[in-house]
Amino acid sequence: MPNIQELQDLVTQVRRDILRMVHKVNSGHPGGSLGCTEFFVALYNEIMDLKSGFDMDGHGEDLFFLSNGHISPVFYSVLARRGYFPIDELNTFRLIDSRLQGHPTTHEGLPGIRVASGSLGQGMSVAIGAALAKKLNNDDHIVYSLHGDGELQEGQNWEAIMFAAGKKVDNLIATIDRNGQQIDGGTEDVMPLGDVAEKFKVFGWDVLEIENGNDLEQVIAGLNEAKSRTGKGKPVCVVMTTEMGNGVDFMMHTHAWHGKAPSDEQLEIALSQNPETLGDY
Amino acid sequence: MTKYIDQGKKDTRSGYGAGMTELGRTNPNVVSLCADLIGSLKIDTFIEENPERFFQVGIAEANMMGIAAGLTIGGKIPFASTFANFATGRVYDQIRQSIAYSGKNVKICASHAGLTLGEDGATHQILEDIGLMKMLPGMTVINPCDFNQTKAATIAIADHDGPVYLRFGRPKVANFTPVDQKFEIGKALMLQEGTDVTILATGHLVWQALLAAENLENQGISTEVINIHTIKPLDDEAILASVKKTGCVVTAEEHNHLGGLGESVARVLATHHPAPQEFVAVQDSFGESGTPYQLMEKYGLNNKAIEAAVLRVLKRK
Repeated sequence: MPNIQELQDLVTQVRRDILRMVHKVNSGHPGGSLGCTEFFVALYNEIMDLKSGFDMDGHGEDLFFLSNGHISPVFYSVLARRGYFPIDELNTFRLIDSRLQGHPTTHEGLPGIRVASGSLGQGMSVAIGAALAKKLNNDDHIVYSLHGDGELQEGQNWEAIMFAAGKKVDNLIATIDRNGQQIDGGTEDVMPLGDVAEKFKVFGWDVLEIENGNDLEQVIAGLNEAKSRTGKGKPVCVVMTTEMGNGVDFMMHTHAWHGKAPSDEQLEIALSQNPETLGDY
Repeated sequence: MTKYIDQGKKDTRSGYGAGMTELGRTNPNVVSLCADLIGSLKIDTFIEENPERFFQVGIAEANMMGIAAGLTIGGKIPFASTFANFATGRVYDQIRQSIAYSGKNVKICASHAGLTLGEDGATHQILEDIGLMKMLPGMTVINPCDFNQTKAATIAIADHDGPVYLRFGRPKVANFTPVDQKFEIGKALMLQEGTDVTILATGHLVWQALLAAENLENQGISTEVINIHTIKPLDDEAILASVKKTGCVVTAEEHNHLGGLGESVARVLATHHPAPQEFVAVQDSFGESGTPYQLMEKYGLNNKAIEAAVLRVLKRK
């Protein structure tokens, strides 16, 4: 297990990767990616039990599904730096003939990806299916998923939330990225979500909250706590409050950087706030 | 001419149920999902014998398609079943992203397709599903013609690696293909050879085509009848061989003339061997309530409509 400073260095490096990837192609989604960097780094380097190498079925290891596929930059960076594919390949993000499509897909055979996502609201159902397959296979590993908070406006989520509790899918940990922002503004202005934790609770989930999802130690502690609550008859929900654009001062406290790339000058400022730690790709 | 005998009327959905029963006994990876329509899909026996391999999702088809996609990750072969309308149009994007684009080995099994579900009316009578499904890259589309063939198709698709749309229906219709036949995906079946005209039929219209052919033969018209149970991948070779011989074709399907078998055939002919074609299909309209027999009559989807289409196409040769 890496120590906390090593993980923190990885967080900083992943932030640089995200910024450089979206800057290069002048497109992509830095805001949510930066907000979930600690989560991804913790999940893939501290929390999940992973085999070396990649196969689609993932027998005998934990699985992760990204439902809000637009935050692909953070996913790609963390997968590459965990060894799923060459770090240099981050150079090809969103370019023609790349395995690193704008939104994650299995179609190009990129190791680490198990389903396409991008059209929102579908990931929880898929994660449930994978969790059910694990139960049928007597595989006691855990299925993790991540969802944007705005994404909960998609009705399919509530079908899935009802199913997971009703059918006791207790090997599932679904994390909600509660950054309070979506494309058109604050979530509570666009379509109020209200008390997300309470909603999951009344649907029958075991819910815990991570108050600061950009504090690496809090994220690790919260996910470890979530892990300890699996196998007890209820699916587990983690409501994780994050700051969109975290780590780059001018990208924080706004929804403006949901799907916008920085200019050359903005990139320079953003990178200066996140000095190179493990080497740029 | 080979005489086809109706072995007794049966519904194609019961063929699906019988196929599922057999798969339950022979393939431990097969799992079944249903959205509150167990009785209509005839899967009671599968559920009774394999309760741990059945997932009741309630009235939540979008979730069902996603769960089915997830179950494949871990080696399961999910058969997700409901009415055709709710199995396609209602959940198109779930099928598109989580199943087709993701290349998942999900079998989408759709009953009550077309007009012949009858009295429930147009809200439930989807006539666009073949088009929707065949447009998805990598999707196989199968529309078997009777009980025996639906059972065989259900069993066969479990061995096919990739997403499949299997379409069948509600009413009891002639059961005339062999018991325990081997079903080969994408292989058109020659039912009757002829030299004047080719009838390419799918689903419930195959029996109607045979009835039409019998009358046409009596009028001295040598009629070839081919069962196109697989609309995608289409058996281009069999179609071209037949039309090169007869010089004209009638397509027959319980579907909108836009997006169905007829258009797929027209593409093949236009590309390789242009020939006159008539379409027996619904003329871009919704259905309505009525008995299956009345509806097929009113919307021109029976043996008489096929006969008329043959006479029309012969004049265009």
